[in-house]
Amino acid sequence: MTRITDHSEVMPLGPKIVEVNNVSKTFVLRRDNSLKERIVTLGRSGRAHREKFDALKNITFDVEAGSTIGLIGTNGSGKSTLLKVIGGIIDPTSGSVRRRGRIAALLELGAGFHPDLSGRDNVYLNASILGLSKEETDAEFDSILAFSEIGDFIDTQVKFYSSGMYVRLAFAVAVHTNPDLLLVDEVLAVGDEAFQRKCMDKIRQFQQEGRTIVLVSHSAAQVTEICDRGVVLRAGEIAFVGSATEATKVHREILEEKRKLTLDDPAEEEEPASSKIRSITVRNTEGRVLKNLDGGESVVIEVAVEHSEPTGEWNSSMSIDTPHGQQVYGAGTLRSHTPHPAAPAGVSVIRYEIHELPLAGGQYFVNAEISNGENKQWDIFWQGAMFSVAEDPDQSGTVRARSTITTMAVSPE
Amino acid sequence: MSDRALQRFARLADEPLVPTASASRGSWTTLKAVIDHRALLGLLVRRDVKARYKDSALGMLWTLINPLVQLLIYWLVLGQILGAARGIPDFAIYIFSGLTIFGLFSETLSAATGSIVANSGLVKKVYVPREIFPLATAGSALVTFGVQLIVLVAACLILDSAPLSMGLLYFLPAVLIVVIYAVSLGILLSAINVYLRDVQYLTSILLMLALWSSPIVYGWTMVQQVIDRLGLPQWLLDVYSANPVTIAVLGFHRAFWVAGTPSDYPADLALRMGIAIVVGLLLLWGCQRVFSRLQGNFAQEL
Ligand SMILES: Nc1ncnc2c1ncn2[C@@H]1O[C@H](COP(=O)(O)OP(=O)(O)OP(=O)(O)O)[C@@H](O)[C@H]1O
Ligand SMILES: [Mg+2]
Repeated sequence: MTRITDHSEVMPLGPKIVEVNNVSKTFVLRRDNSLKERIVTLGRSGRAHREKFDALKNITFDVEAGSTIGLIGTNGSGKSTLLKVIGGIIDPTSGSVRRRGRIAALLELGAGFHPDLSGRDNVYLNASILGLSKEETDAEFDSILAFSEIGDFIDTQVKFYSSGMYVRLAFAVAVHTNPDLLLVDEVLAVGDEAFQRKCMDKIRQFQQEGRTIVLVSHSAAQVTEICDRGVVLRAGEIAFVGSATEATKVHREILEEKRKLTLDDPAEEEEPASSKIRSITVRNTEGRVLKNLDGGESVVIEVAVEHSEPTGEWNSSMSIDTPHGQQVYGAGTLRSHTPHPAAPAGVSVIRYEIHELPLAGGQYFVNAEISNGENKQWDIFWQGAMFSVAEDPDQSGTVRARSTITTMAVSPE
Repeated sequence: MSDRALQRFARLADEPLVPTASASRGSWTTLKAVIDHRALLGLLVRRDVKARYKDSALGMLWTLINPLVQLLIYWLVLGQILGAARGIPDFAIYIFSGLTIFGLFSETLSAATGSIVANSGLVKKVYVPREIFPLATAGSALVTFGVQLIVLVAACLILDSAPLSMGLLYFLPAVLIVVIYAVSLGILLSAINVYLRDVQYLTSILLMLALWSSPIVYGWTMVQQVIDRLGLPQWLLDVYSANPVTIAVLGFHRAFWVAGTPSDYPADLALRMGIAIVVGLLLLWGCQRVFSRLQGNFAQEL
């Protein structure tokens, strides 16, 4: 099941398939929905009753055919709205979206399903919405059923389906309609692990076939794993467009900021943290800066911290992540009960020497965090440094190890 | 990277980039989109019909019980007790044919008005030309209509007044008029109903008025007599007869109620029907324009 090859093949990109041009979307929130209320609140007071909300602000970006775009952002940042605008389900207030090719969208749970009809009828309904004729659906039906693994439930009314079964069927139909562009909101998250794997494999196959996918996900691992580009939304605006890995980094920073805002009480919030992380550097034990490692050697992680005022005892920690956001190693003064001594204002450099870091081939990121003596966070620096470890053709995974394979003598029958 | 991918890219590069906004689509494009989705239209109709009687024991029989009870009441109360039957031969057939064609109008219009809201699950989550939903209601109303029509013909045969006259030529135009007007108004009202849910209640009042302002449970000649008796101006009769529902009902009577004579109908009924169809098509176009203006915000209002 699992894939051992990495996704380093470079895809030539096709023509523009979606063009989002300066799109804004303003929702008018109204609470009066009956004629009487409308008439009562007509005129000036009626205006006051309305509340405007900018869900998308001046969004501009292009999608090239053949690319896989991860759309990320915090809850309410406008991802689903943007996907609906691209899908033509809602019109932008200003700006325009132009697009070509056949589209399939998987936007919300149960989209396009009628609860009272059987799964079979719904497959036909859903397929016809996505533009398939009856004959085409007939031809694909067995394959859809097999992909969804719904089995005998196909003839049960879908209102008795579990959330996962809904998504299985909906995804199965969507991927069998031969789309050029596939829009997927977070729905896949309700599928079980085996099904998610299957979806990811299908998406990889789609990539091979030059189809375009725009995917909303809250999982940094998923985005870095399958997307080649990332678009980060923040409160309706584009915060970042670029490589998927960098996009998840920007997203993490936004989340971190948000977390700080909600944790700190407002009084404390006003004074900015007195200390900042300036840089993270990876060196070998001789002090030479390292970008490429052989694997298994000792490394030194240097974190430069700037204190704007003298400080008492303080703490630091560092961690090493894979591009999927999975931590492979972490250490810190809090864990080891060895806080840094009081420091004067100015730059202090802390040094983590890791003896024989047994990492297998791939890319790794180094993060660092500093906090005061009471462990109140000052600063966190995601992906402050990056290094690569040379591939070893004899193994896969993230841990570097040696193995010997022997065939034990087998006595013949 | 496969050849298929490169082929796909080449094909995409040849296609023009089209704007997604619905307001920018004309009536013609919409019509083409609806035709492209005709499989969906068929499925929606089937879904409506299937889902409507899903868990009921009598199923499709309910499409008959309703008009039959109505027929019984009108025949008994209006025909026998109030005496309307005296001026109208074959009163039962007269009423039932009127109720059948009016039922098509009323079922289409009331279901169409609520259709966008009722299909919010689809409207909000997938893109299809939204005119499909009010159109589909006409489809499922036609199914009901078909069942009632069979009963009507059976009744005609049993009562020994088989509808085998030239009047049958009026059948199709009558149905066409009802469908065009019900769909036009349905498209318009379904869009407004998204923003203002009062519209569906207004529709039921409108339908009640329409039932009584057409010669269904009384005769067209009775209206003429009332106008003469009260000394009202003759143009009132013209206004009354210009109502497309009235025209369709009269045409339907022409087809199935063989006991009628030419004096039971206004002059030039065929011409009136022709005009009603042309005006109806213009109305349909106008309503579609309004609909397409309003539909851009459907998904967020539901
Ligand atoms: N129909 C609507 N009417 C009014 N406001 C809306 C409507 N749809 C979305 N919004 C608002 O627009 C903002 C963006 O919503 P959206 O669903 O796009 O967020 P999201 O990024 O998908 O969030 P999540 O991660 O929770 O799915 C939200 O604040 C939401 O309240
Ligand atoms: Mg969302």
